[in-house]
Amino acid sequence: MSAQLAAYSTSTGEAFQFWVLGTVAVAGALCTVFMRRAVHSALCLAGTMIILAVFYLANGAYFLGVVQIVVYTGAIMMLFLFVVMLVGVTAADSLKETIKGQRWLALVCGLGFGILLTAGVGNASLTEFAGLGQANANGNVEGLAALIFTKYVFAFEITGALLITAAVGAMVLTHRERTERAKTQRELAEERVRDGKHLPPLPAPGVYARHNAVDIAGLLPDGTPAELSVMQTLRQRGQIRDVSAEAISDLKALEQRSEDRLERTNSGPGSGSAGGSNSGEASK
Amino acid sequence: MNPVNYLYLAALLFTIGATGVLIRRNAIVVFMCVELMLNACNLAFVAFSRMHGNLDGQVIAFFTMVVAAAEVVVGLAIIVSLFRSRHSASVDDASLMKL
Repeated sequence: MSAQLAAYSTSTGEAFQFWVLGTVAVAGALCTVFMRRAVHSALCLAGTMIILAVFYLANGAYFLGVVQIVVYTGAIMMLFLFVVMLVGVTAADSLKETIKGQRWLALVCGLGFGILLTAGVGNASLTEFAGLGQANANGNVEGLAALIFTKYVFAFEITGALLITAAVGAMVLTHRERTERAKTQRELAEERVRDGKHLPPLPAPGVYARHNAVDIAGLLPDGTPAELSVMQTLRQRGQIRDVSAEAISDLKALEQRSEDRLERTNSGPGSGSAGGSNSGEASK
Repeated sequence: MNPVNYLYLAALLFTIGATGVLIRRNAIVVFMCVELMLNACNLAFVAFSRMHGNLDGQVIAFFTMVVAAAEVVVGLAIIVSLFRSRHSASVDDASLMKL
């Protein structure tokens, strides 16, 4: 009985690896399902796939382990991330249920399915444990190649056809035919005038202001900041820096300092010299 | 440790993936859950390959990976074109056939 058990179990190191990494893999899978953002789901799934690659390596499937990392975490997950970027990272799931009680029903179904699968595996008579020592004797890649190019050569050829079909299909699906004539430059210009859009180029940031940083709005003749002069991204983020108050306080501080130093209270030339020195500081 | 544990892990991952397909509404996440299910199947194939001492299971897992790659390419192209026409990646929005 014990000899049979010994032949039927793996090393302690592998058991340790299985329990630690298996826990992480299940946690990653759960995160994939329950994370609100698609990007987080994708990252969790990539982690689970890397752990599965380690399990393949532990199970003697060296070629598959490397292919798993290269193809799945390298290519497929990057494709997923790319599409998440295209479709929009902020597209979080709505929590509104369209079918009443669908979540709970789905959870119950999943639980039942899991119990069914586990019971099935538990009841199967899996008494055989040969190990891959003999099969991998000439190397795992050589063994796989011998099988793929002899016994499974037909399936291999069909796989090639499938890949070509998939590539053509992806191109057909994402290609968009232009249905209307492209507008000429004259038509575009006329449209712009007709719609009453802002016709001349946008004002540059920092024009007529005391600073020329891009996030500081240029000042209009009456001293108010011109919002249009700051680029749209900064405008939408609300990162416009308004320094008019700052400049006035700078000026005040300078005047105060010069007054302190010169110990005189005449305002006319003091403010003039203060303004000059301040503008020199700003241009630095 | 009994190597059958790998099968239990595969069953668990498959179940989590299936539940995710039922629960989530974002088409991309649904697709990721399908990938998780495919990976769980691959793990089961590899574990069986080791138990039986031949490489056929690994060859099948290899073909599964190829088919999964092709499926991802076409599926993501469908999601992108769906997003283009409806401006949403939710599977609930594509309900034109509903009465």
